[in-house]
Amino acid sequence: MIPYPFEYKRAKSLGEAQALLAQNPDAKLLAGGQTLIPTMKMRLANPSALIDISKLSELSFIRASGDTLTIGAATTHGAVAASADVRRLIPALAHMAAHIGDPAVRAVGTMGGSLANNDPAADYPAAVLALNASIKTTKREIAADAFFTGMFSTALEDGEIVTEIRFTKPERAGYQKFANPASRYPMAGVFVAKTKDGVRVAVTGAGPGVFRVEPMEAALARNFTPDAVAKIAISPDNLNSDIHASAEYRAHLVAVMAKRAVEHAVANDGH
Amino acid sequence: MTTVSMTVNGKPVSADIEDRTLLVYFLRENLRLTGTHIGCDTSQCGACVVHVDGRAVKSCSMFAAQAEGANVTTIEGLAKDGKLHPVQEAFRENHGLQCGFCTPGMIMTAVAAIERHGTMDRETIRHELEGNICRCTGYHNIVSSIEDAAKKMSAA
Repeated sequence: MIPYPFEYKRAKSLGEAQALLAQNPDAKLLAGGQTLIPTMKMRLANPSALIDISKLSELSFIRASGDTLTIGAATTHGAVAASADVRRLIPALAHMAAHIGDPAVRAVGTMGGSLANNDPAADYPAAVLALNASIKTTKREIAADAFFTGMFSTALEDGEIVTEIRFTKPERAGYQKFANPASRYPMAGVFVAKTKDGVRVAVTGAGPGVFRVEPMEAALARNFTPDAVAKIAISPDNLNSDIHASAEYRAHLVAVMAKRAVEHAVANDGH
Repeated sequence: MTTVSMTVNGKPVSADIEDRTLLVYFLRENLRLTGTHIGCDTSQCGACVVHVDGRAVKSCSMFAAQAEGANVTTIEGLAKDGKLHPVQEAFRENHGLQCGFCTPGMIMTAVAAIERHGTMDRETIRHELEGNICRCTGYHNIVSSIEDAAKKMSAA
């Protein structure tokens, strides 16, 4: 399959990427391209130009300082999965990264790209929302609760580029998903994080976008055990129904994955 | 149009191509390296896996221009001086292929996995093969081939 014609431009700096975006309003940023390129090949996207930011070293780093973990937007899933700092501070995040797509996808796909795309079945949005991470861009810093605004949409404005994501080490965290056997995308994935501020539970894959489950958060704040969430029913009303699973089945999966995510958080501290 | 230059299997190559040229088409049609296959063309099957700067990637999901300046290795670049790479040899010895269509991608994925892990248990090998689909073998002998190759390469 051949995409529509476009112009390829490799940015040499973040500043140049911003300037190129300003000059080419119909351009798209290219990082790993693991969603964008297949979409372009299907001719579902037709950007006038691609501005490649994947080679910018200023966007590719993992820094640990105290309890804070900062990950550059162009850092690949493979690098996150293999990072000793990520495994030490937030093992559940490294575990998640090690199970996104497949090894070839993880070799090039990036955290910033995944977040900016906000696919309703992407893994990272669940971690970012549950861990209450903060997303730094070329213009501002956006809290996770304000960043994800719906299916494939975010708070990002035109010309705004995600530069880094800042996480704080949780007391405990876990992630479990039920992956579609063919695509490996979660049909339901649940990230659970316990911090000094409370418990957050974020669900991906099941609805039109990542969302939190407050009854589960309240139950886990009282009693952080798998049994605390196992019986909390999720309404199928706003969940996805497609050839892979009905909304009712996904609702059931959310409770099962939430239970397993808590087991994951408790048993091995998210390893 | 754009001019791309990269190193493929140790040799510098350069060509004028459309910006939208995917790496797999550049390899197959410009360079006539047809060992890299196009299977699903939707980044699921892994028949197109090659190494770009040491990382196994799906060449149907990368533009050739993204590999500008890179070091690319395809299945044709593995054998040295007429001698098969240990992973190729292990696939032959363990009957790790039937029709052979997926084999170039399987082998390129396996070589990268062994470089990252060294020896692997069978569960890890299966996890590493999640992006490669084979419709003949049932995977059993592919896993055995990789297990065997990893052991021999670690011992060498």
